Amino acid sequence: MNAVVARLVVQRLGIMLISLLIVAFAVFFATEMLPGDVAQILLGQSATPQAVAALRTAMHLDQPAILRFVYWLGGLVSGDLGRSYANNMDVAALISGRLTNSLQLAGVTTLFSVPIALCLGITAAMFRGSLYDRIVSIVTVSVISIPEFMVATVAVLVFAVYLRWLPALSIADQVHGIGELLRIYAMPVITLSFVVSAQMIRMTRAAVIDTLNTPYVEMALLKGASRRRMVLSHALPNALGPIANAVALSLSYLLGGVIIVETIFNYPGVAKLMVDAVSTRDLPLIQSCAMIFCVCYLLLILIADVIAIISNPRLRNR
Amino acid sequence: MSNIVEIRNLRVKAKTDSGRVVEIIKGVDLEIAKGEVVALIGESGSGKTTIALTLLGHTRSGCSIASGSVTVDGRDTVAMSEAERRRFRGTTVAYVPQSAAAAFNPSKTIMDQVVEVARIHDLMPAAVARQKAVELFRALVLPDPETIGARYPHQVSGGQLQRLAAAMALIGDPQVMVFDEPTTALDVTTQIEVLRAFKAVLRDRGMAGIYVSHDLAVVAQIADRIVVLKDGEVQEVGTTEAVVNHPSHDYTRALISAFHPQAKSSPPSDAAAPAAPILQVKSLMAGYGAMGQDGLPKYVVLKDVDLTLERGRSLGIIGESGSGKSTLARAIAGLLPPAAGQIEMNGKALAGGVRQRSKEELRRLQIVFQLADTALNPNKPVGAILARPLFFYHAMRGAARAAEVDRLLDMVRLPKALKYRLPSELSGGQKQRVNFARALAAKPDLILCDEITSALDTVVAAAVLELLDELQRELGLTYMFISHDLSTVEAICDRVAVMYEGAKVEEMPTSRMKSGAEHPYSRLLISSVPQLDTGWLDGLDDDPLLRSAMADRRAAERWAVARRQRS
Repeated sequence: MNAVVARLVVQRLGIMLISLLIVAFAVFFATEMLPGDVAQILLGQSATPQAVAALRTAMHLDQPAILRFVYWLGGLVSGDLGRSYANNMDVAALISGRLTNSLQLAGVTTLFSVPIALCLGITAAMFRGSLYDRIVSIVTVSVISIPEFMVATVAVLVFAVYLRWLPALSIADQVHGIGELLRIYAMPVITLSFVVSAQMIRMTRAAVIDTLNTPYVEMALLKGASRRRMVLSHALPNALGPIANAVALSLSYLLGGVIIVETIFNYPGVAKLMVDAVSTRDLPLIQSCAMIFCVCYLLLILIADVIAIISNPRLRNR
Repeated sequence: MSNIVEIRNLRVKAKTDSGRVVEIIKGVDLEIAKGEVVALIGESGSGKTTIALTLLGHTRSGCSIASGSVTVDGRDTVAMSEAERRRFRGTTVAYVPQSAAAAFNPSKTIMDQVVEVARIHDLMPAAVARQKAVELFRALVLPDPETIGARYPHQVSGGQLQRLAAAMALIGDPQVMVFDEPTTALDVTTQIEVLRAFKAVLRDRGMAGIYVSHDLAVVAQIADRIVVLKDGEVQEVGTTEAVVNHPSHDYTRALISAFHPQAKSSPPSDAAAPAAPILQVKSLMAGYGAMGQDGLPKYVVLKDVDLTLERGRSLGIIGESGSGKSTLARAIAGLLPPAAGQIEMNGKALAGGVRQRSKEELRRLQIVFQLADTALNPNKPVGAILARPLFFYHAMRGAARAAEVDRLLDMVRLPKALKYRLPSELSGGQKQRVNFARALAAKPDLILCDEITSALDTVVAAAVLELLDELQRELGLTYMFISHDLSTVEAICDRVAVMYEGAKVEEMPTSRMKSGAEHPYSRLLISSVPQLDTGWLDGLDDDPLLRSAMADRRAAERWAVARRQRS
């Protein structure tokens, strides 16, 4: 690490904060534009106009939107996510448990899918044009084209209904021991891995093949290097940047985009929480969930950028 | 057997993108004796690199050896298994690439890559290999041989990288070295040092070598024998002396006459009248990066340049890469607004940027770029490419425009039928002619030519230069001709300006270039151009001026290295 790398990282952090502010603005006003009056909905059809007006004042709904945005932003910064409209609980408390669940699922999927995807991508590039490469390519294309609810449904049918090896629902709070944990996570993790790995395999393969076509890899070949050496020692270090970005993009899906998987396996994660919040018009909850997804996404991109910067010797050593 | 390399009836076929199979090497025979250096010369596409690579048992993707044998040190690389070839490469035959800058892996240190051959083939312990690499660095006259290996490729200069690539090839003590245009990408002043280092190493070790190049003068310095190739066939074989002095084949003759361009004939006949300056550049400063408080950009490239260009004449701009030649053209064309100074055309000051100039001013001054490949829109046929400036500057349409396109093609000696083709369907020389015709379409007074023949083969480039000369006489054009190739400038220009580190150090008539240069840098630059004389490189040692200039240059390199290490 030197001054140049540090400066670049600080720059990225600055850009990240600006993006967050813009997203916060967009999220707040997009939820504002949802039709209907929250106070009216909360109190129901039979509420008196006075009661509705009183609730509106209590919820600051009578103040201009921009002012409420500033209040909300101040709350976010000081860690106060607000109170849920629907069940009058702290949003932070509602989310924290769900977020742990989601992160657990994402973490297990990452540990499982990233090594497999990288191995498959790199070996496919190594043996480009071979039967192995073609099989990997065909399988990844098919997996990309099959929607995940299809994979999940078939998995439930096969493993839970016919074979009865795995539970159909994944309820993480009643876990005793590692075996049971594996059993519960098996099906959601497999389904999610299918979805995220396909992209990673293809991008890794493309990135490695790109660097395999460079003169310095040909030079290594003419020095007598084996194929393994050419790929692992010459091509891969220079393909790290694009690979890190592909992995980050795929993994960002694990938090926000898993709603279908969470629904099918009845898994209590953040995505499901957010969809429930939309149906109950629970604005603070929706806004907080959106912000969390955004932070996770930006963090992943930041990590990928830092890896790309560090793996570039031109930036590392001046 | 005294021949270390014997190529017999070699045929290589290639599959084109459309799936057609064409033969690119058509039955070549070649032998190299122990300790002999044989040069393969020919234009691009003649198959010289393909032949050289077969010595390592390698063909680029899409190509394959159809028949024949390539025997190196008693073993046939065509018949070998892939594993045998791996053991063979780097130990028996080694390769020095065309662009060392691209052939070094950017993410590994130089030392790691130089000793890699020893590591792959398990030739010696790592410490011994490192020691040997340092000795090679010293033998190749590299600065700081002890520490240069710890650096990354982007931290050393192009000429140094090329010598480091030779060290990388030599570490396995090969019996045959394959040099693939190793000095093409270098400046003439750097090329000399690299050539001398290569020659000394080959001579000291008594190694055989194959030297691929399109530059006859370079080859004349280093090779014992020359093989002239065209379209995958051997045209002529002979000792260097014989080929250079008494070429027997037509193609070789064309190559040699292209090397001796006819010096510019006397100025155009109407030049008796005092020529009015068409372009005047006064204390021009330009550069890149953020503006500083002194009103100058962070990296000043052009320092106080003054130029005067007379109507109907040509001014050559020479200098090594990084000397500011192209920046000067960009500044005059308005692509890079200058930080200070003035550009006057026909006595009227031009605005700094393209956007502030009138259409008429733009029309009078056209620029032609080096690479026609990237300057021509690949999706438009030639006719449409030429029609665009006709509409833009002269609002021509319909039949008049079509007639004008035909006339332009005729002017640059291209058949009219070419207007229906895409740039990708043209040869390099044809593309450059279209590129030039596009500039002519505006009916300009002044054309800035930025290295327009550098990417072309010698014979093709000579034809383009001849065309430029003819058009100048016919149309009274004025050229500013930027090149790093002095013989090109000699062929077409009346005067030359020498650029060095962003400043114009000297200007003189072309006729005085060889004899009357005064500035030490101009003399170094001019005496560095290889001559078609086999004894030229060895004779340089007797040139005291050049020797002292070289010594200065090494001192400057060492200083630059020390400065980098401090920071």
